[in-house]
Amino acid sequence: MCLAIPGKIIKKDKDEKGIVDFGGVEKEIILTFVPEAEIGDWVLIHTGFGIQIISEDEAEETIRILNEAFDQ
Amino acid sequence: MKLSISEKFRDPDLVRSLVEELQSWEKPVKLMEVCGSHTMAIGHWGLRKLLPSSITLLSGPGCPVCVTPYSVIDSIMNLKDVTIATFGDLIRVPGRNGSLEQSRARGLDVRIVYSPFDALEMAKKKETVFIGIGFETTSPGVAYTIKQAAEKKIKNFSVLPAFKIIPPALEALADDKDVSIDAFILPGHVSAILGSEPYRVLSEKYRTGGVVTGFEPLDILNGIRMLLRQIQEKDPRIEIEYKWVVHKDGNPQAKAILDEIFTVEDSLWRGIGKINRSGLTIRDEFSDYNALKKYNLTLPEKDDFDKGCRCGDVLKGKIIPKECPLFKVKCTPENPIGACMVSSEGSCAAYYKYEE
Amino acid sequence: MKNERITLGHGSGAGLTQKLIRDVFNKNFKLPTLEDAVVIEGDMVVTTDAHVVRPLFFPGGDIGKLSITGTVNDLSMKGAVPKYILITYIIEEGFLISELKKITESVQKAAEESGVSVIAGDTKVVEKGKADGVYITTCGIGVLPDKIHLDARTIKAGDKIIINGSIGDHSVAVINSRENFKLTGIPESDCASLNKLVQKMLKAGKIKFMRDPTRGGVATVLNEVCADTDLGIIIEESLLPVKKEVRIVCELLGFDPLYLANEGKLLAFVGQEAESVLQAMKEDPLGADSRIIGEVSAETNGVYLKTSIGGLRPLLLLDADQLPRIC
Repeated sequence: MCLAIPGKIIKKDKDEKGIVDFGGVEKEIILTFVPEAEIGDWVLIHTGFGIQIISEDEAEETIRILNEAFDQ
Repeated sequence: MKLSISEKFRDPDLVRSLVEELQSWEKPVKLMEVCGSHTMAIGHWGLRKLLPSSITLLSGPGCPVCVTPYSVIDSIMNLKDVTIATFGDLIRVPGRNGSLEQSRARGLDVRIVYSPFDALEMAKKKETVFIGIGFETTSPGVAYTIKQAAEKKIKNFSVLPAFKIIPPALEALADDKDVSIDAFILPGHVSAILGSEPYRVLSEKYRTGGVVTGFEPLDILNGIRMLLRQIQEKDPRIEIEYKWVVHKDGNPQAKAILDEIFTVEDSLWRGIGKINRSGLTIRDEFSDYNALKKYNLTLPEKDDFDKGCRCGDVLKGKIIPKECPLFKVKCTPENPIGACMVSSEGSCAAYYKYEE
Repeated sequence: MKNERITLGHGSGAGLTQKLIRDVFNKNFKLPTLEDAVVIEGDMVVTTDAHVVRPLFFPGGDIGKLSITGTVNDLSMKGAVPKYILITYIIEEGFLISELKKITESVQKAAEESGVSVIAGDTKVVEKGKADGVYITTCGIGVLPDKIHLDARTIKAGDKIIINGSIGDHSVAVINSRENFKLTGIPESDCASLNKLVQKMLKAGKIKFMRDPTRGGVATVLNEVCADTDLGIIIEESLLPVKKEVRIVCELLGFDPLYLANEGKLLAFVGQEAESVLQAMKEDPLGADSRIIGEVSAETNGVYLKTSIGGLRPLLLLDADQLPRIC
């Protein structure tokens, strides 16, 4: 129901805004809902707002479990 | 080259292994993907054709454009001398007097924005009304925008509140005797805000399980695999597949601002009808920013839609789009009757585009 | 419908445009072809083209350059060597003459680079508010080399489909500068004249048919070819050249790059000589990233995309432009 894509924070301002890098494409994003996100963190972006911090570890873990289940 | 996180969830070898396992599933099951973006992703990657015929995927009410009543479009068209700012999804939705796109052809000032915050920028130049559609993923950003408008005393800005909340709609579906859904593929991005707790009622009260699922091919296949296991074990429960984004408790900051700006009310879902406590409106403290109050608009209690349109049955998962008598005959993306055909992720449009 | 009005969708080049041509224009004209260029007098090709881009200046080009490259490409897709351009400006009252100079310099530069001459023109001015800055229409005239005759009806099952590089660059560049999405890192428009590349291709092997995937994009052109030939087409997602940045914008705004406009791309249908044509293309700067993206099939009807994970997705003709969406 809602398009959201991951981006990496490359700059953070005091007033809850920051620049997010989507892999070459950059955009100013409002980070008020992810106050603990630091530069270098991946966040999920929807309509110009960061809505959640992405856990790279959890992503790796899901892939690892799947690989293990299918012995790859 | 280092793979991005999303790309890792598109690994063709792992996809093949998962598909092979799912192919061996024999018992007929009906799974509802609640979320329109799941419908789109399933079509985009051609996943339906990779699944065995025993697994039926039904598209649920998870496209905010599709469940927005006619009356929202109709009432906004009566506003003169304002800029109407909206997400692109809405401008081809037909109201009784045509769509916003057609109204633009007759001179209405309609603009597409990517973010509600962009609409606030527009208000600096001209009185602007933002059409507030969306689920819990979208509404926090609009709440923040209203709060900013209030803090900066921007008077030219208001929001027409037509927000919906997802868990009550799912409960209504689980409670509907005519609807037979074995389990829910639960929305990933709504849950990034809400967490997984609000869905517990589905498994505890109605014995319908659900898995909060991401949007990449491996996420979706893995989510289906987890649901099948629940069905096999006869143990419906709420699980999270999309662990890299969704936590049990969701996003507390976003939930707090929703509560600060909005209040829950009964709400009309196009094709489904009224669902108790399933919508959000703007709190009285911020009523200066409520377009309904500002311009004295009222939304009717009931929505009658075109004869023969079975949008509601599609949204409820009672029928698949091609079982509707209007599908592809009277109702096409070019000339949509029900809103399920309008948004490209509407159940019927996605079906028209990807499955026919 | 009596009160039906023109919407932007009617100018999208997609289904609504085709409907308009069918229901309004061709009811009267009985055009010999629905393409935008036509062979006359045996070896001459003429085309007409209108240019209404906003903003007038965008990364990688402007309306002046576009008016030449678009016209040159329409002629080139027939295999013709473009020779002459006639140009008309429709200008809004109040438009800056300095901007008009800039646009016209750009016209002349593009014409020189493409090897065509601007030989006549016309100027009209309309009241303030009755046009958006400036519109340009052109007429292009080209000459067909000996024995060149491209026809979609010669396409056969097994023919390869070649593209000369990445898709979606033009749309994304223009949309970003127009809609104020404030994205940085976006590639420039691919706006370029393809006539030199085309002449190299024609020498390298037998080309059956060519089209430039402008409005409506690759998917629309492939659908039109299917409709003309009663054949099917299968292209492969993993072979499609899409720049990473364009892919990201598509994910951000909910677009499919296969439906986005290009202004310097061509799709060629080639039989047995596909490899030699491909090699010749790669030697041209505008074809360095050329590749085969799929082939014509007698097994299916319509256009299909084999997705990178092995699924199959139909690529239908859309009715109108894609809109940015949040859902």
